[in-house]
Amino acid sequence: MPLVQFHNVTYSLPNATIISDLNLTVEQGETLVLLGESGCGKTTTLKLINRLLTPSAGEVRVEGKSTTAWDPIELRRRIGYVIQEGGLFPHFTIARNVGLVPALSGWEPARTHERVREMLNLVGLDPDRFAERYPRELSGGQRQRVGVARALAADPPLLLLDEPFGALDPLTRASLQREFAELSTRLGKTAVLVTHDVREAMILGQRIGLMHKGQLLLLETPEAFRASDNPQARAYLETLNVNGGDH
Amino acid sequence: MSFWQFLASNWSELLLLVRQHIVLVFVSILVAVIIGVPVGILLTRYRALRGPVLGIANVMQTIPSLALFGFLIPLPFIGGIGTRTALVALVLYSLLPIIRNTVTGILNVDPNVREAAVAMGMTGGQVLRQVELPLAMGVIVTGIRVATVIAVGVTTIAAAVGAGGLGVYIFRGLRQYDNNLLLAGALSAALLALAADSLLGLVERQFSFETKRSGTVVRKLALAVAIVLVIGGAAFWLSRSTPSSENHIAVGSKDFTESALLAEIVAQMLEARGVSVERRFELGGNLPHEALVAGTLDLYPEYTGTSYTAILQHAPITDPRAVYDQVKREYADRFKVEVSQPLGFENTFAILVRGEDARRLNLKTISNAATEAPRWRAGFGQDFMSRADGYPGFSKTYGLKFAEVREMDLSLTYIALSSKQVDLIAGNSTEGRIPTLDLFQLADDRRYFPPYEAVYLVRQDSLARVPALPEVLSKLANAISTDEMRRLNYEIDGQKRDPKEVVKEWLKGKGF
Repeated sequence: MPLVQFHNVTYSLPNATIISDLNLTVEQGETLVLLGESGCGKTTTLKLINRLLTPSAGEVRVEGKSTTAWDPIELRRRIGYVIQEGGLFPHFTIARNVGLVPALSGWEPARTHERVREMLNLVGLDPDRFAERYPRELSGGQRQRVGVARALAADPPLLLLDEPFGALDPLTRASLQREFAELSTRLGKTAVLVTHDVREAMILGQRIGLMHKGQLLLLETPEAFRASDNPQARAYLETLNVNGGDH
Repeated sequence: MSFWQFLASNWSELLLLVRQHIVLVFVSILVAVIIGVPVGILLTRYRALRGPVLGIANVMQTIPSLALFGFLIPLPFIGGIGTRTALVALVLYSLLPIIRNTVTGILNVDPNVREAAVAMGMTGGQVLRQVELPLAMGVIVTGIRVATVIAVGVTTIAAAVGAGGLGVYIFRGLRQYDNNLLLAGALSAALLALAADSLLGLVERQFSFETKRSGTVVRKLALAVAIVLVIGGAAFWLSRSTPSSENHIAVGSKDFTESALLAEIVAQMLEARGVSVERRFELGGNLPHEALVAGTLDLYPEYTGTSYTAILQHAPITDPRAVYDQVKREYADRFKVEVSQPLGFENTFAILVRGEDARRLNLKTISNAATEAPRWRAGFGQDFMSRADGYPGFSKTYGLKFAEVREMDLSLTYIALSSKQVDLIAGNSTEGRIPTLDLFQLADDRRYFPPYEAVYLVRQDSLARVPALPEVLSKLANAISTDEMRRLNYEIDGQKRDPKEVVKEWLKGKGF
């Protein structure tokens, strides 16, 4: 069974339609990248999965159950969520940030503590050095790693990432992208990642969904995407060529 | 006397005032936080309420503090004189900065952080308690800090409603041209404001998570506001009351002949002893009382029963000694006002009938009149109809059922009675026209009416300040009988003579 299914999903605001008639499935274990320019509806698509938003029409199913049938709190605790800069709580230590969902879910403090160390090690941060620091004392890249660690802490079946590496300098971004690709393969997590960076989509995605004005134009493997003759896809691929290997 | 000498000899009183000041500020801020923070949270949830509620709080703060105290005095439950009124006003002043900063603090929480909190699976309450409130706390504490510094300033004005605090020294200093008092009060208030500000500044710093907040601007503003309030309040006071000194007394009276006459007696006696007297006669309603408590008046004549029921809000009782003692005790405790010895007469309600009826029907007491009442028409003033010790209890106590009860102006009831428009009225026992119109006062044989002994109410600080005052008041103890008072009233109301002349004659006759 696909982990996430969109059935004829429309999402509209009083004066604008953000998503129209979207059909999409996310399979177990894959990393699906939604690619598109600002305002194309890719972030909205993401928020429809963890019920930060609910569809105006149609249905989003997670593990076969409509998001509106889920208890929203339970649903969200089963989904890791990473946003730009990690969305860390500035008044929590790194350890408390990472241990947030386990603590909310009522884990034993000792187990949470152990898990936090494991997660920090996983994302390449030394727990002894970082656990008791505050987010403002970390660099952007380090904060992003903490954001990923937090999303993974409760071992959720699904990970949502909204432009996770967007605010980083190119070098840090490239290394984090590589690490994340390696990590997600190793953990076998299902992930949906949103980006406007075609290079990132190529590196991280097992499938790439190209969105434009609230619609899914195509959904292909990176190889098929590269060969596509869709004009939007070609435009993205051309930026890749112009910028060479840099972007 | 130097300032240091002044402090050395007055430090215990000063400490008491400082303590009162701190308690007033602390309690009012505490209440304002308990009300303001939840209201602020509510306003972040219900956008539609935000404009109206903040608007009301805003208007609250623009009301000059003395005016706000004035509005509150006549209100039931929250109003009146003293600490309670001061606290209500202080809370109202403190609400705006606290509500506004709670709203601003919560709305300014990084939307990404809030979204992350929701996406992590936090419930609404968890988002509020674990994320929004902690992150807004710095801004909220800033609001509390602003409110506190302002409250320290406004509290100096609370002395005007008898709530105590450092304003007592400031106002007293202004009245008496005493720079030591003024300095001690103002300096202490300023130091309190600074102390509260830096203390809360320390608290505020605990909640600075991301960047340094620009608290200095807010703090300077708050200090400026506090200073302006202290100075403004003082200036306001200065402009409305003539400063008193050892040789200056402000004498007030209520707005009727007898009260003005009693005030004139004291005024002339004081003037004869070289004291300059400012006459503030004919003050309506509770104004003399409010002015006395506020210090704009030094004394005015009053009746124990009025103080007992109207000011102290007790249910009427009939034992004159008990009423006098209770009034004396409570005035000293609550208002720092001394009650003089009784002047020797009562001005109570007098149930009057025509002399010819009394003689014909052999009426002596109100009970005697009960059998006649069903055939009689009664005429009562508005006051008697409405007050606690008035008509309803009166008619019940004596089982009186009149053929008709007319509500009319009190002064007209005497004429109405003598011209047989009505057959029974409730007049004043010292009314000058009682003998001249041949009216007869029925005895209150069931002791329904509470005692209304005439006394002077005097501020304790005025007694200490003007040496001639205690002497004059002791001379007047038991100096005026009911008959004498009736005669004096008649000279003025009946013969239309000048009150000053009447008083001068009477004083001469008495040898005062």
